[in-house]
Amino acid sequence: MTADLLTHAGARAGARDVTAVDSVDVAHVVRARRRPARRVRLVVATLAVVALAAVLVRVLLGDYVVALTDLLPILRGETLPDVPGASFIVMEAKLPRALLGLLAGLAFGASGAMFQTTLRNPLASPDIIGISLGASAAAVIALTFLDAQGLWLPAAALVGAVAVCLIMYAVGRGATFAGQRMVLVGIGVAALLSSVIQLVMTRTSIQDAQAALVWLTGSLARATWPVIGLLSVATVVLAPLLAACARWMRLAELGDDLSTTLGAPAGRARLGLVVAVALAAVATSATGPIAFVAFLAGPTARRLCGGRPSLWAAALVGAVVVVLSDFAGDYLIPDVNLPVGVVTGALGAPLMLAVVVTAGRAGKA
Amino acid sequence: MTSSTLARSTADGVAVRARGLTLSYDGRRVVDHLDLDVPAGRITVVVGPNGCGKSTLLRGLSRLLRPTEGSVHLASDGARDDVWSLRPREFARRVALLPQSPPVPEGISVVDLVGRGRHPHHTLVRRWSGADDEAVARAMRATGTLELAERPVDELSGGQRQRVWIALTLAQETDVVLLDEPTTYLDLAHQVDVLDLLRGLNRSRGTTVVMVLHDLNLAARYADHVVALRDGRLVGSGAPADLVDEEFVAQVFGLGSRVIADPVTGSPLVVPTSTHHQSGPAP
Ligand SMILES: Nc1ncnc2c1ncn2[C@@H]1O[C@H](COP(=O)(O)OP(=O)(O)OP(=O)(O)O)[C@@H](O)[C@H]1O
Ligand SMILES: [Mg+2]
Repeated sequence: MTADLLTHAGARAGARDVTAVDSVDVAHVVRARRRPARRVRLVVATLAVVALAAVLVRVLLGDYVVALTDLLPILRGETLPDVPGASFIVMEAKLPRALLGLLAGLAFGASGAMFQTTLRNPLASPDIIGISLGASAAAVIALTFLDAQGLWLPAAALVGAVAVCLIMYAVGRGATFAGQRMVLVGIGVAALLSSVIQLVMTRTSIQDAQAALVWLTGSLARATWPVIGLLSVATVVLAPLLAACARWMRLAELGDDLSTTLGAPAGRARLGLVVAVALAAVATSATGPIAFVAFLAGPTARRLCGGRPSLWAAALVGAVVVVLSDFAGDYLIPDVNLPVGVVTGALGAPLMLAVVVTAGRAGKA
Repeated sequence: MTSSTLARSTADGVAVRARGLTLSYDGRRVVDHLDLDVPAGRITVVVGPNGCGKSTLLRGLSRLLRPTEGSVHLASDGARDDVWSLRPREFARRVALLPQSPPVPEGISVVDLVGRGRHPHHTLVRRWSGADDEAVARAMRATGTLELAERPVDELSGGQRQRVWIALTLAQETDVVLLDEPTTYLDLAHQVDVLDLLRGLNRSRGTTVVMVLHDLNLAARYADHVVALRDGRLVGSGAPADLVDEEFVAQVFGLGSRVIADPVTGSPLVVPTSTHHQSGPAP
């Protein structure tokens, strides 16, 4: 017998009765399964607390400090006799910005992680593969050539983002290596859209160019309650859908063949991408593209969770980064208000290097 | 013990039946009107030269590629089901496929990866349960991967990793398991390891195993039934002792050889005589 000739430890594995199950083994499996899950839960809970703290910091601190004890009365709509301006500043400036940052950050973070995990490619994030640029280009075109204003601008941005998605979906449909193709086509589309934007900007008036800038860098300056309302509704509708698609995403990680033979055809995981696209598109239409957030939230969350991707953690990382970057952009340099996209862009480059370097070290194989 | 004495009586039935199976990529025919009966509860090994369509055949049997002509049926308890009439999840509870080299999700632990094999047994309302833990424990015990449970898969050796992939397919708990070259990248000891494991599974659980192997000698040693392809056509099938001889090797691989009895198992052992491929099938 070959198995006996070879002194290989595992060689006798095949001789065991494979129908029996040992309760010790089951306990071992349960333990091994739960430990990392517990870490992910801990990270998500911690991030949720940090995100809430970031919102509080954004609302209370800065040029105009509001006392924590004053916040609740202000939210209840009471007027405070000793700080008359506080209510207006919180309700019309600070709170909307914080909430818009929170919602947009959640949306960018979750959609980026969904893309990267499903397509098994760290480059596959909405800001790299042209979805954000689709929104920018459409908004800039609407602004310059159609004189669009108000809510028509986010609407145009939404159309632009969705149009890019449709192109990518058409390219990926039914093809082998669909994921790779979608990413490559997306990068090409992104390059094309950049030059379209450049072209439009050369044709535009100074005033329009100033307004268009918002759609190129990403900013929370247009935070108004109607925009926040729309974005909250979209998030509340899309988040559970995204969570439902997450289990297909976990199978998509195994490659198209294996996920199909496990009962989840590759097209189904791409359904999750549609939801992710919708999230990114809605968020971009409210804030413009905020550089690097969708791209980096996933890998950062993954590092925190001990190597495994978690949509919730990625969403919360996105929220924390956007809210705090907006805060920093407002107050870091005196008398200069940097849009949030400029701050995340400046932070993002070194952070990206850090992610690449540590990832290279972790994956020594 | 030799594989021929282990083989069961020929009375048991057919697990998978292909008739006139034709598979194409972009209109190019790769598998051509193939008739195939996979005996239930046996080990079938598919052999043939590179590019002859072995992987494509497995893709056709496992619903990854829709036939341009012909059909594939699954048989159990007398009933026959066209594989394309089953819902994906239903099919996944009956047939498992291990592709040639599936991508390893980044940072995934062994137990987590094996657990993915339970997906076909879940529904929107019925998620993970104790039965899943038991199936995973069984699969990991059978493959000797329990000790690795918490290790990240990307840190394992090629042999350990292959056992983990097999554990995933076992956790799926199907009657039919298809494996595409489960022994590539493995040293000889690990090859024997994996094949012993599959044979143990087949003998104790009665699982029908279909696998592609490149090593004709290992194929002859472990197969109950050998299926030989060349240019997408069936050129022979049967028990290795009846099928594998010098003429067979020349016909399938275009290779001159001597075939002797394996001193350990008695199965046919192919010793190539010429170092050059002959140009086409021998007369
Ligand atoms: N996705 C694909 N698209 C187009 N052609 C393909 C595809 N996959 C395989 N082929 C072609 O089909 C033929 C059979 O390929 P297949 O992978 O089935 O061969 P194989 O017998 O498994 O070979 P090997 O021993 O090298 O694994 C080859 O000519 C190959 O080029
Ligand atoms: Mg192959």
